[in-house]
Amino acid sequence: MNTTSTHFVPPRRFEIYETTLNQVSMWEESFKNNGGIFTPNSIIIPTDAKLDSLSEDTSHGTPHKFDQEASTSRHPDKTQRRLAQNREAARKSRLRKKAYVQQLETSRLKLIHLEQELDRARQQGFYEGNRVDTNALGFSDKMSSGIVAFEMEYGHWVEEQNRQISELRTVLQGQVSDVELRLLVDNAMKHYFQLFRMKSAAAKIDVFYIMSGMWKTSAERFFMWIGGFRPSELLKVIDKLVFHPWLVLLPHFDPLMDQQVLDVCNLRQSCQQAEDAVSQGMEKLQHTLADSVAAGNLGEGSYIPQITCAMERLEALVSFVNQADHLRHETLQQMHRILTTRQAARGLLALGEYFQRLRALSSSWATRQREPT
Amino acid sequence: MHFTNSNHTKQNKHRPIKAKSLIHKTNIDIMDKVMRMSSEKGVVIFTKSSCCLCYTVQILFRDLRVQPTIHEIDNDPDCREIEKALLRIGCSTAVPAVFVGGKLVGSTNEVMSLHLSGSLVPLIKPYQSLLYQAN
Repeated sequence: MNTTSTHFVPPRRFEIYETTLNQVSMWEESFKNNGGIFTPNSIIIPTDAKLDSLSEDTSHGTPHKFDQEASTSRHPDKTQRRLAQNREAARKSRLRKKAYVQQLETSRLKLIHLEQELDRARQQGFYEGNRVDTNALGFSDKMSSGIVAFEMEYGHWVEEQNRQISELRTVLQGQVSDVELRLLVDNAMKHYFQLFRMKSAAAKIDVFYIMSGMWKTSAERFFMWIGGFRPSELLKVIDKLVFHPWLVLLPHFDPLMDQQVLDVCNLRQSCQQAEDAVSQGMEKLQHTLADSVAAGNLGEGSYIPQITCAMERLEALVSFVNQADHLRHETLQQMHRILTTRQAARGLLALGEYFQRLRALSSSWATRQREPT
Repeated sequence: MHFTNSNHTKQNKHRPIKAKSLIHKTNIDIMDKVMRMSSEKGVVIFTKSSCCLCYTVQILFRDLRVQPTIHEIDNDPDCREIEKALLRIGCSTAVPAVFVGGKLVGSTNEVMSLHLSGSLVPLIKPYQSLLYQAN
């Protein structure tokens, strides 16, 4: 804007041109009536009105600039007031637009979440038994926003996971440089680590939710161990790379060296030992929790101290979920260290497809159940 | 009055005790105590009876044919101070705190990482018994 005004007058914010006064108050009223947000219907009129107000003083498409220069010399006050009022109207319009867009975004997120819920309900054959958390009065609580956010993030995570698996599959079928393969492997590892971070945050909000596995498909849930897959499952998948001699006949096969075989064996053993130790600790936690809940006389109807005690013990459950994820993290890390890039890529592809198959099993099963008999 | 076994207390009995030096002395006493307890031969673990991850770590060492010295600090009057001291030494969580040959190994996370990387067994090899222990 090259217009310079020799008589600079600070915008007088509250002086409004009489012909546009109605329009501005209309926008404000509309905004207020809709609870501070704009619904699609109400925004159409102000937009048109705004355009009208801007073109008010331009005659037959001549640039606004000319008018300003012409008016400045003749009616400086009038122009200044008009400019100020324009600025103000534009500012208000921008604010309303922002509010509208924010409302749209929220609605869109809600819609995505609802669609996912619907999908999941379909998968489970509309089994709603444990989908809602009930409080003591028997009414269902809304899931906290943190959990809703986690579910959405997880949906995106699965999408990205599927994309990565497809890419790995394609790339391994052809010729690929070690450099490119290393990048894919690193990304796949980081992707898993990201999931563990997400779960840790969600566990702090609602550890029971993570433990229930409601965010996973039914078959995955069946095999769950403390909020996720068993670290030893990961190694079962690697088994096929190590101990099946017939794989040597496949092209691009990278047989494991003796040292690697030894390392994988050791990893399998230590992984199993770690898993067992954590499982036993978890059992102890369950026992102590049950003892806390059942303490005192059952049947008298007052049990606040027992609940309080149990609540304190429940904090430990979060540490166990974190420890289980730590085992998954470290097992993946060790596998990455022991194997070559190519072997790791094939291992990650195998692991990824294993989970895909579990998800497919869940869908299949749900569909099968819904067939009329 | 509630110091137990430090030599310093005897010297300061007849001197006016200032609050700051009191606290400072308690910390040193506790640190000494922790150092003493942790430098016992073999594997030493500080635990609390209510801590299930402590139990996890104990199970792991049992599976590795090691019999660790367990210090259950719940019943120790200096329990809180010992926890603080363990954190100050560098343990990620106060309990379980695992020491091998007097040196801090860490808490559950560190022990598991070491074991999965294959570095725990060489560390505890001198303390492994030949026969499998049934607890």
